[in-house]
Amino acid sequence: MSKKVKFVFSDDFSTYRFNDDHPFNQQRVLLTKDLLETSNLLDEEDIIPPRKATEEELALFHETQYIEAVKKASKGNLTKEEGLVFGLGTEDTPMFPNMHEASSYLVGGTLTAVDAVLSGQADHALNLGGGLHHGFERQAAGFCIYNDGAVAIKYIRNKYDLKVLYVDTDAHHGDGVQWAFYDDPNVCTFSIHETGRYLFPGTGDVRERGIKEGHGYSFNLPIDAYTQDESFLHVYETAFKEIVEYFKPDVILTQNGADAHTFDPLTHLCGSMSIFERIPLLAHELAHQYCDGKWIATGGGGYDIWRVVPRAWAQIWSVMKTERILEGDLPSSWLNKWQHVSPVPLPSTWHDGEEAFPQIPRKSEIEEKNYKLLLAMLKYAKISNSNS
Amino acid sequence: MLVESIMNTNVPTLPPTATIEEALHLLKKNKIRHIPIVDDENRVIGIVSDRDVRDASPSSLLKDADRKELQNEIQTIMSHPVVTVHPLDFVEEIARIFYEKEFAAVPVVHNDELVGIVTEKHMLHTFIQLTGTHVQSSQIEVKVPHRPGILPEVAQIIGDHNVNIVSVLVYPYLDDPHYKVLVFRVQTMNPMPIIRGIRDAGFKLLWPNNIMEPKL
Repeated sequence: MSKKVKFVFSDDFSTYRFNDDHPFNQQRVLLTKDLLETSNLLDEEDIIPPRKATEEELALFHETQYIEAVKKASKGNLTKEEGLVFGLGTEDTPMFPNMHEASSYLVGGTLTAVDAVLSGQADHALNLGGGLHHGFERQAAGFCIYNDGAVAIKYIRNKYDLKVLYVDTDAHHGDGVQWAFYDDPNVCTFSIHETGRYLFPGTGDVRERGIKEGHGYSFNLPIDAYTQDESFLHVYETAFKEIVEYFKPDVILTQNGADAHTFDPLTHLCGSMSIFERIPLLAHELAHQYCDGKWIATGGGGYDIWRVVPRAWAQIWSVMKTERILEGDLPSSWLNKWQHVSPVPLPSTWHDGEEAFPQIPRKSEIEEKNYKLLLAMLKYAKISNSNS
Repeated sequence: MLVESIMNTNVPTLPPTATIEEALHLLKKNKIRHIPIVDDENRVIGIVSDRDVRDASPSSLLKDADRKELQNEIQTIMSHPVVTVHPLDFVEEIARIFYEKEFAAVPVVHNDELVGIVTEKHMLHTFIQLTGTHVQSSQIEVKVPHRPGILPEVAQIIGDHNVNIVSVLVYPYLDDPHYKVLVFRVQTMNPMPIIRGIRDAGFKLLWPNNIMEPKL
C-alpha cells in the first residue's frame, strides 16, 4: 500500500529573499528537493504547487493595515518611517520588491498542505517554504513577514473546526503562533527552544501557559544553551507524548526549524542529525496514534543551509513517505553537484559522525536543568488535566 | 522613573471604623493584599494587609468560633504610622523601602491626600520592562574597561548595524573596579554582524562566549 503524501514546492519560494547577505535563504528548500530527487524519494506526482494565499486568508490572522503596508512596500512605495511601525525595513526584515507576493506564496503553500491533508487527498503534507513563526498580527519580525502557521491554524479552525496541536522544534521560541492562540483552548501550542535569556526573541518561558480559556494550552521548554541530543530528545519526547495525550488533537502541525544543530550560526544548541531523525519519526507515530495520521509539517529556521538543513528536512519527507529515515551515504550526484557551490565541505553521510561535536564541560548540569524544566512544564499539564 | 508613572490610582480604602469583616470582603472582592485606612479628608492614617486581617479573624478550623471578632473596628489592628511616598519620588527609592522594611505596598500621598499605591509586584513588573525582556530581542554581554566614553563606543557599533537597542544595563564585573559589564538587548534575530564588530574592536564578549569553538 503506497502512502498518500504531498510535497509542496514551487520555484516561487526562492523569491522570498531579503538580500544577498541575509541569513534566511530559501535555496535550502531547493537543495532539499534536489537531495530527495537524487535519493529517488521524490517523484513528479508527489509535488503540488503552492497556491497564493488571498488577502482574506492573510487577514484571518494579520491586520488589514499591516497587509496594506506590506503591499505598499512590495511596490517600493512605503517610506522608512511608515515601515518601522510595522517592523518593515529593519535589518531582520528589510523591504524587497514583490515581498507581498513572495510571502503570500509561503502562506499559500502551508494552506495547500492543510487542504491536501484535511480534504483526505493525503495523509501527510510538507511545506518546507513555511514555518515563519515570528510574524505578529501587525508586525514583521525575526525574518518573518506573514505568519503561515498562525494563518493556517485560523484557517483550520474556520473551515474544518478541528482541534490543532502546534509543535515547534525551531531553536527560537515560536512566539508569533503562541500569542495568536494564547487564549484559545482549541489550539494547543508546544515549543521547545533555546532559553530566551540570551537568544531571540527572549520569550518562551515555562511559565507562559496561556490565558483565560486558553490557560493550560501553551507549553514551553526553554532548554539550556549547549544542550545535546540525549537531553533534547529525552525532554522533547516525554513532553510531546504527555501533551498529545492530554490535549487529544484532531490534527498536528509541526514547525521544523533546523537551527538546533551545533553548526547553526545563530543559536547555541548542540544537536546533531540524531534529533532531526527522531523528530519526524515521533510526529509520525503520534499523528497516527491520535489523529488518524493527519500531520502537516512546515520548515522554519535553519541557517547552515549546506551541511544541516537539506539532510534534516529530507528526513521529514522520508518519514512521511516511507516511515523510515535515510541512512548511509548521501548520493554522490548531489554532492558532486553542490560541493563546488558550497563554501564549506559537505558531509558525506546522512548521520553525523561523533568527531564534529565538542565536549561540553557543563553537560550534566545542563541535563539536570532541562529535566527540572520538563517537570515544571508537565506539572502544569497535570494541573490543567485535573481541572478539566 | 517616577512613582507617578507606575502607581495604581484606583485604590480601594476603608474608614477606621469599618469592621474586620468589611476588610476581608474588600480584599477578596478586589483581589488585593493591602488596604489604606483613610479619614474623612482622604488622609492616610493606617494600613492593613491581608495577613493582619486574617490574624485577627477566627480560625476557619473552628466550626463554632466566636464570629464577633469580625465586628471589631479595623483601626484596632491597622499599622501606623504609615510609610508613604510622593508621586515624584523615584521607583528605585521604593525598591529600597521594600528591601529594608517588612512590607510590600506603599501608599502614594500628595498634599496629604492619598493619590495611589505601589506594590512590590508592581515594582518588579517595572523592572522587567526596564530590562527589555518583554520585547523580541537578543542579548549581548560585553566586558569593558571602566572609563569615560566606553558606552557610546560599543553602542556605536550596534548603531552602525542599523539595529535598535531595547535596553542597556551597566553593572560591575565581579569585584574588579577596573571593568564593567555592558548588557545590551538588541532588536534582531541575527546579532552576528554586531558580535563580529564588537570582537573586531577588541572587546571581550561574555555572551556569546563560545566555550567550545568559535561559531563565527
